[in-house]
Amino acid sequence: MSKSKSNGQKKEHKKQTGKNREIVVLTCFFVGIFLFLIGYLIYFQVVRGEEIANSPYNRKRQNLLAEKVVRGEIVSANGEVLARTIVDEDGNETREYPYGRMFSHVVGYSLNGGSGLEAAYNIRLLRSHSFFLERIKNSLTDTKNIGDRLVTTLDTGLQTAAYDALGDNEGAIVVMRPKTGEVLAMVSKPDFNPNNIEEMWDYFTSEEGENDSSLVNRATQGLYPPGSTFKILTTLGYLKQNEDQYENYEYVCDGHIEVDGEVINCYHNTAHGTLNLRRSFALSCNSSFVHIGLSLNRKQMNSLCNSFLFNRSLPIVLPYSQSTFEMDQNMTHEKLMQTVIGQGDTLVTPLHMAMIVSAIANDGTMMAPYFIDHIENDSGDVVKTYKPSVAASNLLTEREAQILTDFMQDVIEEGTATSLKNDDYSVAGKTGSAEYGEEKGNSHSWFVCFAPASDPEIVVSVIIEGGGSGSDYGVPIARKVLNEYFYGTD
Amino acid sequence: MTAIITVIARYLMIVLIAVYTLQSFTVFRKKTEAERQPVYKSQLVEMLLLHFIAYVVMYLHTHDLLLIFYYIAQITYLTATMIAFRMIYPKLSRLLMNHMYMLLLIGFIVLTRLDAEKSMKQFSIAALATFLSLLVPVIIRKARFLRNWTWVYCILGAGLLVAVAVLGSETFGSKINFTIGGVTFSPNEFVKIIFVFFVAAIYSKATTFKTVVLATVLAAAHILILVVSRDLGSALIYFVVYMSMMFIATKRFAYLFGGLLSFSGAACAAYFLFSHVRVRVLTWTTPFEIIKNDTSQLAQSLFAIGTGGFFGSGLYEGIPNTIPVAAADFIFSVICEELGTLFGICIILICLGCFVMFAKTALQTEDLFYKLVGFGLAVVFIFQVFLTIGGGTKFIPLTGVTLPLVSYGGTSLISSLILFAIMQGLYILNQDEGESNENVQKQIERSEKRA
Repeated sequence: MSKSKSNGQKKEHKKQTGKNREIVVLTCFFVGIFLFLIGYLIYFQVVRGEEIANSPYNRKRQNLLAEKVVRGEIVSANGEVLARTIVDEDGNETREYPYGRMFSHVVGYSLNGGSGLEAAYNIRLLRSHSFFLERIKNSLTDTKNIGDRLVTTLDTGLQTAAYDALGDNEGAIVVMRPKTGEVLAMVSKPDFNPNNIEEMWDYFTSEEGENDSSLVNRATQGLYPPGSTFKILTTLGYLKQNEDQYENYEYVCDGHIEVDGEVINCYHNTAHGTLNLRRSFALSCNSSFVHIGLSLNRKQMNSLCNSFLFNRSLPIVLPYSQSTFEMDQNMTHEKLMQTVIGQGDTLVTPLHMAMIVSAIANDGTMMAPYFIDHIENDSGDVVKTYKPSVAASNLLTEREAQILTDFMQDVIEEGTATSLKNDDYSVAGKTGSAEYGEEKGNSHSWFVCFAPASDPEIVVSVIIEGGGSGSDYGVPIARKVLNEYFYGTD
Repeated sequence: MTAIITVIARYLMIVLIAVYTLQSFTVFRKKTEAERQPVYKSQLVEMLLLHFIAYVVMYLHTHDLLLIFYYIAQITYLTATMIAFRMIYPKLSRLLMNHMYMLLLIGFIVLTRLDAEKSMKQFSIAALATFLSLLVPVIIRKARFLRNWTWVYCILGAGLLVAVAVLGSETFGSKINFTIGGVTFSPNEFVKIIFVFFVAAIYSKATTFKTVVLATVLAAAHILILVVSRDLGSALIYFVVYMSMMFIATKRFAYLFGGLLSFSGAACAAYFLFSHVRVRVLTWTTPFEIIKNDTSQLAQSLFAIGTGGFFGSGLYEGIPNTIPVAAADFIFSVICEELGTLFGICIILICLGCFVMFAKTALQTEDLFYKLVGFGLAVVFIFQVFLTIGGGTKFIPLTGVTLPLVSYGGTSLISSLILFAIMQGLYILNQDEGESNENVQKQIERSEKRA
């Protein structure tokens, strides 16, 4: 320990204090780990407690809460009731959904294990933060407390427009604010009526019912090939690799491209002629994009897509499917050519597509989609507010965002979505038709866009199953939603 | 009416235990023991009030007249043993005594809530053991020969462990207990104390390299027997206790690091050798995926804590009986569910208060044998608290040990009471020595000041 032998007295003193040093060290160590343990417990309660308590495997405790609390309401951003519990004279409770089928997937149902926001915020709806005197009064008179109210970000006007626009088609629409991630509307069809979920339950759990997949929220769980909407990411990959030379890009399209015996055709075999990058994008020229794709650094493209949350978990409260994308050195030419135009093994959900477009509209920052603005007690006092949060950042530079916005505006100005041209608001978007199944010609119709292009307020993502081209089906549906947003109904 | 009382009681109990906990630390701002007396008295009042409120709520929920009997029995026990302790040992640590009774009373409350029958059994054992433990401080003072029984401790301890390993019945994959004539024992709980005496005895004689090798081999033998009987929690406790005691005796960091290194190796080996170790680690990392196939204990425990929140659901407002082995290994989760995480944190702080008192006692003990015994027992106590609370809250992998004085289990309770009594014995010994040294000390101080 001590090397100084000259000062004997000092050494003696040191030995005296050093006698119990080990006990002090170990005591401090144990006290330290206990402080960590206490810190962890507090963290656990503050950060994870609610989420764990809300687990579907914890239903027993949640049902216990329901014995003391009347399940709270779910309302739209403008305060219209989306779900409420009616208590009759005998104390029987019925969950009522005034909008019926319109919000069936996003709001969900509370019985049979629950779905949608009803399940995601189950425990919140079963907690009461009523005024404490009220609660005391209730406990004295043996009446139930009123559960807290979920105030969503959902807009009944937009939801109605989206619901009507989708009509009898199967598919999904997601409307969100790119700068915050607030989800304004979410429609999925086929749908169901949450008011009679109990009567329908036997059907839904039968084989026939499971095949009709009405309970599946296609907006978050439906995986589709992205088709030409994926060209947004292919273009971004090209921009990132050719920062200064992208304007020199040129390609002559004769309606198809052939590499190693593999042929990719343009839509309707249209020969687009001589194209630069901007025109290739606006006209959605497959041949040109295959040409671009072959020049891409595969590793970089793969990590670009991963950064946009392909093959990653998404930060949302509703059940969802993870999007898939793969590109590597061992990939065959055939696969690669398919992949860069959004076919092949790539799969994406309508919500994820909306998030990708949001990132471009928001200068490279992807916001996490959220549905609840705040939670309040029965008399409207705020219990908890939800703030926007970032899902992924620095996905692209401001300059790249500007270039892509320009390109996407050209799609409306002189490309595949000219029917959206109008004098009041500018739209930036991309159409897509995604082939599916073995048979040629079957395709889903995609359209993703944001508006106004200069200062984006909303993003719309539309898919119509088996709808054919995006121009023919996706665009008009998106227009109805955009009109509702910019002009309102009446 | 019951509902409103339950709600008020819930907050009141948290306030009471919080004040109690705070006082157990602020009391040290007062310099003399005489000045501290009023604080100890107020702690006693808080403790009794808390116990009373809990029983009122429990009675209102069950309307079981037996509870009134329980309450009276427990208060009588508390008064009688407390007076006996203070009459026989006026110099004992009142803070430590308060802590002991506080933890016991919390245990009685929670067990009565879970299972009245178990609570009665636990109470009878506690009463008997407390009276027996009155003898312990005397033995500590008089029996100077305790330090010479090195081989008795070793053979007795290891022998008992082997007996459990061979004859023991299996519970949850580990051999811990064996049953004679309908009574279940976990000799392990006693062997912990015997083991501490063994290590203290061997190291109080010498700390040469030869001794270290011998002691380490023998300690490793103890631990190996426990590993074979799959009682990994105990094996871990023995290991940590041995390392701490060796470090204090030898004062060599090198030994400490060497031990930790060999432990890491052993832990990895255990992971690959034993499937139940892998299962433990797996449930620790992904408690909610496991639950899909099987009801995971840990998931149930976390649901209880998460749903209870900081303030708890209130007594009888939760469903703690859904947690497997609620009364023993997961009693902390039960407390968090119904009495609240804040209440739980206060319990942790009280345990930590006990540990600091233990360590302080060991620090002040002059005699090396008792110093080692003191700190060894301190580690036995605190590490067990750490394993049970850390395991039940997913802070560390689950090992399945009990919370001293609170959890259900007769042997665990008796050994914990003995442990507290030994520490009181050491504390009293220090007080006496302190008094006789006081005059000498004062002289030294005076001479130092002059210099």
